[in-house]
Amino acid sequence: MRNLVVLGAGTAGTMIVNKLRKALPESEWGITVVDRDDRHHYQPGYLFVPFGELEPEDVVHPRRRHLHKGVSFVEAEIDRIDPEADVVHLADGRTLPYDYLVVASGTTPRPDQTPGMAEDEWHRSIFDFYTLEGATALRDALASFTGGRLVMHITEMPIKCPVAPLEFSFLADAYFTKKGLRDKVEIVYVTPLDGAFTKPVASAEIGHLLADRNIAIEPEFMVERIDTDTKTLVSYDEREVPFDLLVTVPLNMGAEFVTRSGLGDELGFVPVDKGTMQSSAHANIFALGDASDIPTSKAGSVAHFSVEIFVDNFLQLVEGRPMTHRFDGHANCFIESGYGKGMLLDFNYDTEPLTGTFPLAKVGPLRLLQESRFNHLGKLSFRWAYWNVLLPGHKLPVPTQMSMAGKNRPAA
Amino acid sequence: MATTTLAGRQLDVNEEGFLTDPSQWDEELGTALAAQIGITLTDAHWRVIRFVREDHAVKGETPTLRRVSTVGGIPIKELFQLFPKKPAKKMSYIAGVPKPVGCV
Repeated sequence: MRNLVVLGAGTAGTMIVNKLRKALPESEWGITVVDRDDRHHYQPGYLFVPFGELEPEDVVHPRRRHLHKGVSFVEAEIDRIDPEADVVHLADGRTLPYDYLVVASGTTPRPDQTPGMAEDEWHRSIFDFYTLEGATALRDALASFTGGRLVMHITEMPIKCPVAPLEFSFLADAYFTKKGLRDKVEIVYVTPLDGAFTKPVASAEIGHLLADRNIAIEPEFMVERIDTDTKTLVSYDEREVPFDLLVTVPLNMGAEFVTRSGLGDELGFVPVDKGTMQSSAHANIFALGDASDIPTSKAGSVAHFSVEIFVDNFLQLVEGRPMTHRFDGHANCFIESGYGKGMLLDFNYDTEPLTGTFPLAKVGPLRLLQESRFNHLGKLSFRWAYWNVLLPGHKLPVPTQMSMAGKNRPAA
Repeated sequence: MATTTLAGRQLDVNEEGFLTDPSQWDEELGTALAAQIGITLTDAHWRVIRFVREDHAVKGETPTLRRVSTVGGIPIKELFQLFPKKPAKKMSYIAGVPKPVGCV
């Protein structure tokens, strides 16, 4: 009997145990997944909560409901991994020995890492929306906001879903326009990057959209601290951005048990081979989803595509064969742009997001890097597909590897 | 890909002038690259540049400001003083390694 232990029952962890439970016989393999609670959050839904478009309870399901029969679910805090002894120690003293381990414990916003952020103004004039609590508190703050400076701020890359702060800005513009308050609300986008996005084509396209919506951008701003008396963001090079309402994306870090186990980099992400997601330090440990250090977006689509590659490789590995599949860093992200429209980005390690159509050349039906109603509907319908198609481990009609079909190549 | 001549040698560079082959670099060239962007290298600068070179050689990737700070032990505040406005870009340019990618 061999044991696979998966730490984290989020998008990546749930997909992995469900897919592998179907592929590996129960008489030969025990599959265990550990999480600290029984609440699976549909995280893309957080974005809609502040604007009252989704209720907090709409985005939470019991984790157990989405785990296949034959998967053992352990609800516990993780103390640490002992990679020399191949054992996971739980906080309550129990131990889980493993033959193979998958770290799928994601990334966590850490407002405690920036002086002034998680102090007296937290959830008063400073909010996040990458937690359900934060998104819900922000909904109430937006509802009572009658004017002033709304600052959307990113602390440091990498962050989960790097397009979400842009989406928030577009949706805030639409929200205050609809309320007839837009001329009283100044919206500022503060980023450590040198433009709206990390890559040139997308940065230019999205930069235009910010300008069209009268959203000012403050680039290359790396926050050192927040002055809560004057309500000001202060950067390392001593620039200041005042705010009335601050919506921030705190520093993102991997799970603390990863660092305690000596498996993390300086942010607590697990260094892995970017093609196989196999730990650089231990051949029987993998890190999937947001928990690894692969150089692409921390996003559900990346979790999805990389899990497909991992599962195919894992079945080869346990039979003693070489792993022949390599992940290309494929990410596919909808960007809500407000007013019932959306954009779509499709890219990988080597190809930046380009304009064009998706998934088919000319036909689409989705349009890359341009606003359309259809893209917005694609995003909305995805919530159903997430629970009913993706998590159970069924195939979605989207290629695992990025394709150049339909993409406009930039001039060399 | 292009070539340029600096400190009397032929160098392979990208469109932003970053070296594309870190092995073409030595400390004399580092001084010349720094002069190109108006920086005179002091011991404090060299501590950063040497860490960036060593870390890049081991990890295969250019360290981020956070990594230089937490692993290399040089506070981010100091990096902004040594390499004003764009420390990540400037220190990698001088060290002859690519811009840090950790930002997708």
